Amino acid sequence: MDITLDDVIEMLEDIQEDVDYEECVTLIDDGVLDSFDILAIVSAADDEFEVTIPAKDITPENFNSAEALCALLNRLADED
Amino acid sequence: MHNVLQMLEATADRLPAKCAVADPQSQLSFAEIRDAAQAAGTWLAQNGVLPRTAVAFYLEKSVTAWAAMLGAVYAGGFYSVIDVRQPEGRVRDMFAALDPAIVLTDAVNAERAHELFDPLRCTVALVEDTVRGDVDASLLASIRARATDGDPLYANFTSGSTGTPKGFVAPHRSVLDWAQAFTSTFGIDETDVMGNQAPFDFDATNKDVYSSLLTGATVQIIPRTYFSNPTQLMDYLCEREVTTLCWAVSAMCFVSIMGGFDYRVPTTVRRVLFSGEVMPPKQLRVWQHHLPKALYANLYGPSEVTCNCTFFVVDREYADNEVIPAGKAFANERVFLLDEHDREVEGAGAVGEVCVSGSCLVMGYLGSPERTAKAFMQNPANNRWLEPMYRTGDIARYDENGDLVYVSRKDHQIKHLGQRIELGDIEAAAHAVDGVERACCLYDAARKRLVLCYVGSVERKQLKETLRERLPQYMVPNNTRKLDEMPLSKNGKIDRTTLAELARIRR
Repeated sequence: MDITLDDVIEMLEDIQEDVDYEECVTLIDDGVLDSFDILAIVSAADDEFEVTIPAKDITPENFNSAEALCALLNRLADED
Repeated sequence: MHNVLQMLEATADRLPAKCAVADPQSQLSFAEIRDAAQAAGTWLAQNGVLPRTAVAFYLEKSVTAWAAMLGAVYAGGFYSVIDVRQPEGRVRDMFAALDPAIVLTDAVNAERAHELFDPLRCTVALVEDTVRGDVDASLLASIRARATDGDPLYANFTSGSTGTPKGFVAPHRSVLDWAQAFTSTFGIDETDVMGNQAPFDFDATNKDVYSSLLTGATVQIIPRTYFSNPTQLMDYLCEREVTTLCWAVSAMCFVSIMGGFDYRVPTTVRRVLFSGEVMPPKQLRVWQHHLPKALYANLYGPSEVTCNCTFFVVDREYADNEVIPAGKAFANERVFLLDEHDREVEGAGAVGEVCVSGSCLVMGYLGSPERTAKAFMQNPANNRWLEPMYRTGDIARYDENGDLVYVSRKDHQIKHLGQRIELGDIEAAAHAVDGVERACCLYDAARKRLVLCYVGSVERKQLKETLRERLPQYMVPNNTRKLDEMPLSKNGKIDRTTLAELARIRR
């Protein structure tokens, strides 16, 4: 199953609304998402896509944009 | 002892070369931090800091910041760290309450500090420039000779329900008293390495830095950003051989939920002391499985009684439906329950508001006698002598072992991301926005979300943007909902229960 960018944005909207997820590429660097939001994303990825994000992949690069996160989730889903 | 610097000086004499504090970039031994602090104290006293006045710090936490904070104490003043992520309005409110002669900043935040504080005619200087100069020993000695243990040591700010930040001032004696009790209770000594998670604008930092000054333990400052990056965090804990974590519950959950232990286990950790909110047993069990030999303790208490007033050593694994007790009072503190008639209640099952008296009490809220009088008062159960007491606003009960167990809040204060938040504070900020008629903020405890419901003409997005400018990030609602009308109770108050159902909030 492919996880689409829209799926990821929908998940992010539920965690922190009113962010321009299509454009923003500094979600972590600019503090748009904080440590707790990352926690929420890790939990949501597990609930909604059945993808477990391991600690080594929880890096600013993978969470700075919806697109990067989408790529990560698809990679992890394929590895399973 | 009547001044916290006596702890520093005694330890610097005893263990001059031992590492006192380190961060990823640098480190200082006890002798070095004493010298740096004395240089900063000399600089500050020569540049207009008077005894019992504030020195504000607008910077990220670091080794140099801590040395200069002690410098403020050498100058006879008190320190207060302003979080650089606060919105401008809030920074100005804090500045006004502190009325500092000098703001110290770091290279990264210097430009912003000048923008903010130059118009307020305040001297802005770099911490690095204060810690390297000459020490005027006779100047520092004359300042010390007139100091008392009732002098203010630091000011910290918390949320306040009127919308203006509430700053409280703690005296030397509270920290001296508390450091003694804390380190002896948990056996902290010079072989320990404290992994500092708490930000410097929060009194939880005391547990790391003053334990270090008193016992000779080393503080390893963990940068804030490591708490968004579990591998970096776990590597740091392992490489710096951290033994003791005095952490917020939310920080511990970060490690357990992110699978930090699957990456690397910091086996040197022997003590985990957590506080800030109710610990979910499920997350604690993850820690207990990976670090089975460590001591775990739940610490309870608001900043107004200096860090924590009770502790409970976790004696077993707790099931998901159990609550880990808040425990019993630290030495030299009186912690008791008063019922709604202000009578002390005791015995298993007794329920009341947690009240605290003793040297641990801070000296009230800066420039706000009304707020001080509401929370700090004579113990109503004592009509024989002066016994100042702090009302925590927390409701607790005694269990069969005589341990206190947290039940709920008396008001609408909640704990979110380890921060105390008055929901009224968020509502006040929303009411200040044009086009908002009525607003009510709820907390979805299950999902850890702040939800703001409102009635008015302003668009959701506009409201959210305005709130972002006025509130610290942890107080900005995660969700905002525009309603056609607010559900009201018979007496015209907002019906929070119905509203929570409408908003499908899990409490």
